[in-house]
Amino acid sequence: MTTRQWLLADSPSSKLQANLGRGYRMMHALLRNPLAVVGMVILLVLIFAAAFAPWIAPYSPIGQNLGERLLPPSFEHWMGTDELGRDIFSRVVYGARITLMIVALVAVISAPMGLLIGAIAGYFGGWTDRILMGVTDVFLSMPKLILALAFVAALGPGIENAIIAIAITAWPAYARIARAETMTFRNSEFISAMRLLGASHARIITGHVLPLCTSSMIVRVTLDMAGIILTAAGLGFLGLGAQPPLPEWGAMISRGRTFILDQWWVATMPGFAIILVSLGFCFLGDGLRDVLDPKQGGKS
Amino acid sequence: MTAISLRNVDISYGDTKIVHGATFDVAEGESFALVGESGSGKSTILKAIAGLAPEWTGDIDVLGQSRGHGVDYRFASRCQMVFQDPYGSLHPRKTVDSVLTEPLKIHGIGNRDTRVKDILNAVGLDQRFRFRFPHQLSGGQRQRVAIARALILEPRVMLLDEPTSALDVSVQAEILNLLKRLRAEQGLTYLMVTHNLPVVGFMCERMAIMNKGRIVEIAPSTALHDGSFGDPYSQSLYAASGGNPDLKEIV
Repeated sequence: MTTRQWLLADSPSSKLQANLGRGYRMMHALLRNPLAVVGMVILLVLIFAAAFAPWIAPYSPIGQNLGERLLPPSFEHWMGTDELGRDIFSRVVYGARITLMIVALVAVISAPMGLLIGAIAGYFGGWTDRILMGVTDVFLSMPKLILALAFVAALGPGIENAIIAIAITAWPAYARIARAETMTFRNSEFISAMRLLGASHARIITGHVLPLCTSSMIVRVTLDMAGIILTAAGLGFLGLGAQPPLPEWGAMISRGRTFILDQWWVATMPGFAIILVSLGFCFLGDGLRDVLDPKQGGKS
Repeated sequence: MTAISLRNVDISYGDTKIVHGATFDVAEGESFALVGESGSGKSTILKAIAGLAPEWTGDIDVLGQSRGHGVDYRFASRCQMVFQDPYGSLHPRKTVDSVLTEPLKIHGIGNRDTRVKDILNAVGLDQRFRFRFPHQLSGGQRQRVAIARALILEPRVMLLDEPTSALDVSVQAEILNLLKRLRAEQGLTYLMVTHNLPVVGFMCERMAIMNKGRIVEIAPSTALHDGSFGDPYSQSLYAASGGNPDLKEIV
């Protein structure tokens, strides 16, 4: 029996095989969507660049060379140099690390937080729901960037504080989704059956409610990644995110603004990187939606 | 000994009173039916006994112990429920195996592997279905899984909420035969909600006929053969369901 046959077996013989088979079918469906594949390739390149930055980048990202200030893109400097003679290509490659860290940390902090708050509110309803959703609405009613700005202003500028600020502003949307999703099945018979079997509320929420919310959450988080990158870049642009000389893409654009008319490449190159990565996340998110949520996606 | 006993039970959802003064007894080992048209409150009585409709007054006793108003951890191993819709009563992301193992985990019962295998045999499901997801099963197979889930804690009382009405006619017969066999093998008590009178004749010894939240009559299922219903509503329900096919031929 080949691995493929084992994965697609009609009657799996173990829990592991059943779950792997489900994962394989999803992966297969995802790979049939060309845009999702493009998105995955872009993200793989981002991860690759972040992991092997010291080997890919031809120059140091922070080493200054004032003799080579503001050189246009050439064979030596693929993306030109900035006002301190630093190689922009090297800085963009190292910037992938910062972007990836921001994205990963925000997802790790805000998605589970929103998921849990939303699931609890939706499952219990009543006063629990009113209080939790009241708090969520307060956060949701403020513009993301402004709220993040306020947090960074209070906590002090820096990349860690920027991450915390973005995470704090990102969770309410996830809580709303998880709550809506939970409410669609909180009175369904499989939940009632579990209660009759004596399962505790904690067991039902973690074991039965959350697994059903995660797929729409994964889709939403992936689609939001572009916005998170832009918020991080926005904070960097305003000088409240990563501090010099860290090669953060938003901060790089901010520095290039001064020369945008004569030396366009200084601001444009990191801008391209932001666009490309945001696009990659959007493509992947769209593809994931078709695979994980057949109700919404156009199933072709 | 009475397995289920209701005394003057009123059940409401919010301000609306659904069931008025329900009183009946089900003996241990008996199969008792609640019949009536949609909205007559039959399922609500079942839910109140199970603890899913907590707003009631009166007395509900199950196996000699009075019931509280909510779901109860210890009650779970004595009384279980099978739901109407096998498409909605199984978690879409859980394999048959995890559906059946979870109750054992909750109650800290060991020897899970053997128990799951035994219960699959008991409900007539092949072992190869054990690691399938619900979407890989037919409606009848799903209902067998739901019955297995209810039985795995070895309860003595089963609440059946129209267990066959969502199924195909040929599959209905299979499930009814399965329920009948399980009851004979394990000495279970059934309280069954249905609007299908032939099912009552096949499965039950007695029935309570409900109309607009009240029990209008408690009759033996032999009444389905001779039409000896006392209440006018019961008679019209009996006539609406076609009466006794044998009698009709004579007339």
